[in-house]
Amino acid sequence: MDSFLQNLINGIGIGSIYALIALGYTMVYGILKLINFAHSDVFMVGAFMGYYGARIFSKLMYGSSVVEPGWTLFLLVLAFSVACCGVLGYLNERIAYRPLRNAPRIASLITAIGLSFLFEYGGQMVFGPDPKFFPQLLEKKQIEFFGTSITSHLVIVLVVALVFMGILQYIVYGTKFGRAMRAVSHNYETASLMGIPTDRVISITFVIGSMLAAVGGVLYGLSYSKIDPLMGIMLGLKAFVAAVLGGIGNVPGAVIGGLVIGIVESFAGASALSTYKDAIAFVILILILLFRPSGIFGKHQAEKV
Amino acid sequence: MRNWLVRDVLGITVISAILIGLSYLLGWLPIPGMAYYNRVIVTIGINIILAVSLNIINGHAGQFSMGHAGFMAVGAYTSAYLTYFHFQPFLATMKEGPAQFAMQQVLFLAALLAGGGIAALAGWLVGLPSLRLRGDYLAIVTLGFGEIIRVLILNIDKIGGARGLAGVPAFANFFWVYLFVCIVVIVSWRLIRSQVGRAFLAVREDEIAAEAMGVNTTHYKVQAFVIGSFFAGIAGGLLGHYLVYLNPGMFQFTKSFEAIVMVVLGGMGSISGAVLAAVILSVALEALRFVKEAFGLTADPRMVIYAIVLILLMRLRPQGVLGNREIGSFFRRRNGRSE
Amino acid sequence: MTILNVLDAQGVTIRFGGLTAVSEFNLSIRPTELVGLIGPNGAGKTTVFNMLTGVYKPTEGEIRVNGVDTKSLKACDITKLGAARTFQNIRVFKTLSLLDNVRIGGHIHYKYSWADSVLHSVKFREHEEQAAQEAIELLSIFDLAHRAHDEARSLPYGDQRRLEIARALAAKPKLLLLDEPAAGLNTGETAGLMAQIHEIRDRFGIAVLIIEHNMELVMGICERILVLNYGKTIAQGHPEAIQNDPVVIEAYLGEPADA
Ligand SMILES: Nc1ncnc2c1ncn2[C@@H]1O[C@H](COP(=O)(O)OP(=O)(O)O)[C@@H](O)[C@H]1O
Ligand SMILES: [Mg+2]
Repeated sequence: MDSFLQNLINGIGIGSIYALIALGYTMVYGILKLINFAHSDVFMVGAFMGYYGARIFSKLMYGSSVVEPGWTLFLLVLAFSVACCGVLGYLNERIAYRPLRNAPRIASLITAIGLSFLFEYGGQMVFGPDPKFFPQLLEKKQIEFFGTSITSHLVIVLVVALVFMGILQYIVYGTKFGRAMRAVSHNYETASLMGIPTDRVISITFVIGSMLAAVGGVLYGLSYSKIDPLMGIMLGLKAFVAAVLGGIGNVPGAVIGGLVIGIVESFAGASALSTYKDAIAFVILILILLFRPSGIFGKHQAEKV
Repeated sequence: MRNWLVRDVLGITVISAILIGLSYLLGWLPIPGMAYYNRVIVTIGINIILAVSLNIINGHAGQFSMGHAGFMAVGAYTSAYLTYFHFQPFLATMKEGPAQFAMQQVLFLAALLAGGGIAALAGWLVGLPSLRLRGDYLAIVTLGFGEIIRVLILNIDKIGGARGLAGVPAFANFFWVYLFVCIVVIVSWRLIRSQVGRAFLAVREDEIAAEAMGVNTTHYKVQAFVIGSFFAGIAGGLLGHYLVYLNPGMFQFTKSFEAIVMVVLGGMGSISGAVLAAVILSVALEALRFVKEAFGLTADPRMVIYAIVLILLMRLRPQGVLGNREIGSFFRRRNGRSE
Repeated sequence: MTILNVLDAQGVTIRFGGLTAVSEFNLSIRPTELVGLIGPNGAGKTTVFNMLTGVYKPTEGEIRVNGVDTKSLKACDITKLGAARTFQNIRVFKTLSLLDNVRIGGHIHYKYSWADSVLHSVKFREHEEQAAQEAIELLSIFDLAHRAHDEARSLPYGDQRRLEIARALAAKPKLLLLDEPAAGLNTGETAGLMAQIHEIRDRFGIAVLIIEHNMELVMGICERILVLNYGKTIAQGHPEAIQNDPVVIEAYLGEPADA
């Protein structure tokens, strides 16, 4: 029973990071019908910005690049990484995707793949190919919880992830911008005819998605401590699977999809199937697409002829 | 009556004779470091097979597959399993001599075809879900399939698992690689000039119109996957028996990505474009190896350059070097054919 | 002896969510009949075509093509029963040659396999020769043979529509379905096209169902006309009767007389 709870909690932990990344995929796909493969690398850059941010702010605050755990530092680093990735997301869209808005969709898809590889292997050149140890931004404590012990970091991951998902939920369903975004996602041409500044909406969507990925990156670093330039590949693919699982374009769906994948993986990892863990997300993906192509919460749309 | 068969058998014989002649020539040429050039030439050949076969799926049938390395792995491991565990021990019981040599060639061919066959079966399996998916979903599913195949291989201890399989018999050579280069080019060329190939193109151009003209789009998508994966499997078999070593890391999706870059660079749908791009990229790859050593880079600049090439290509010439045409059509045009 | 209808549609209804796009649609077409399906924009004409050709599945009702119930058939199988169509928003295979477009149109009549293609068997060569010849003949009917090797997208709009008709004819259908073949053509071209459709019907001895949004255009050539409005059949009969039907006139009153 203990291990059940333990696996469940671990699954929710990694699942909420999948969810944070999945949100970016789902929003961009909803609007541009593009799998933004480079999104998972924005997540990676987010983690690395956290890594370097921690040193920079430590130096500024304490005059030493040895990181002292503390909430101020954590929040500063988080804000720094979020800001960097927001800019990166904006530039991605502006430089790589916007010029292809009227090109065949395959051109954007290939560009996305190219961009992703550029970040991954460019990252190997800039950050170095070897894994880096993410600094302990916050003190790690063990918390007793219904007979199992969980780390304080896990709790922080959950709380921070929840806060940002809440903010996103508010933006999408509670603000004028969110309404514009949903309109563009529903029908690009009509929205643009109705006077919605589609280009700006798309830019902001990229920025928001990238910021969430940065949050995911910092939280990942905090709880798994090892980061490397190729870390986005697998995580990103699984996050995308999560987005598909929840019905692509669907914001709450992405969160639930992320949690489901995280939990299933966590249980599989603890079972006899552990060596197959990396394949499980894809098996789920294929089953979903075969039996319920529009995802758990997605609506099926027939093509007009 | 069956003179077409006679002609094709004759054709293959002539091609084989030329290839055997060439391989002797290559062995005999007194160029320093010839062994190295030989290896490059064989690598180019394997890449041509990969690119031309992926072009059938991505370029002709328009199904964006990102799992080509997975099919390659299936072919590589299947054929290596046969030669390593069964054929090699059997050959060892034979007396050395021409009979053993001939038997080795026959068994190797059988192993390659078996590898291609099992890869084709995997292609059929992947093709099935693709019936319901469009463009980018298909891309991610094929990518996932490639990864699943890799994880499965990692878990099969008999063929080496994560350690890899060392000591695959060195059966592949210039002759076998370029024989299959010729075969894949001819098969692809003939297919695209037949109703089967035109059905592929129709699926790529407009599925709804294709379906309205009686083209069973499902059937042809799967068929493209089966044919393309068959040759990917052959390429895998050749690679394993050339490098005499296999490990699952060789078939990561960076490998699929390389094949995609070749097809896109050459021009999706152009067979000669795929061949050309495979040659250019394979040579560039070797050149980059020197760059890496010369500058003492810790990371491989290859993928970065691939990535930049792809991004710029989509910006400047999204149709690839040759578009969807063949090299020949450019010369014909110059001779005054109407647009 | 009764002659089999090429089409029998009975009680065909389709709903998209809450919208009933077509309701209780009935239509039977005898061989070699030329029938018009008219109605204002958004009346559901294209939706009827999509159901007849298997692109959409009707919510209710039964469709028989050459006597066969199409309920469980895919679009490509319905083509095999002898119904071929064109599209309102042109769907030629843009980057393929005119010749290839028409040859794909004849897809259901190819009898060789991929193995024949790869081996260039006798069967393959005989078939290909014949198919190319037939395709060129079809293109000549529409004065397109001299451009057989050009890409379809290089054709002017009107010729692309004619290419689509040639492609549909290559399937040797018993029922040809044309969705607004005159859309985007000028008055002179339209008259020419209508005459040509009539000719095609006589030459190939096939039934034709033609959608038109402007009713005057089809009056001259159709033997029978059916009028849709808001998915309902509001009138059906001889062209003259339709022209004078007060219900039809009323349906069209809201519509400006655009061409
Ligand atoms: N796939 C679909 N989903 C939702 N509504 C549709 C779909 N296809 C057609 N419709 C609706 O059905 C109605 C009839 O359309 P259509 O058949 O194209 O009209 P027509 O061809 O007579 O101009 C329209 O209101 C259209 O919006
Ligand atoms: Mg219409």
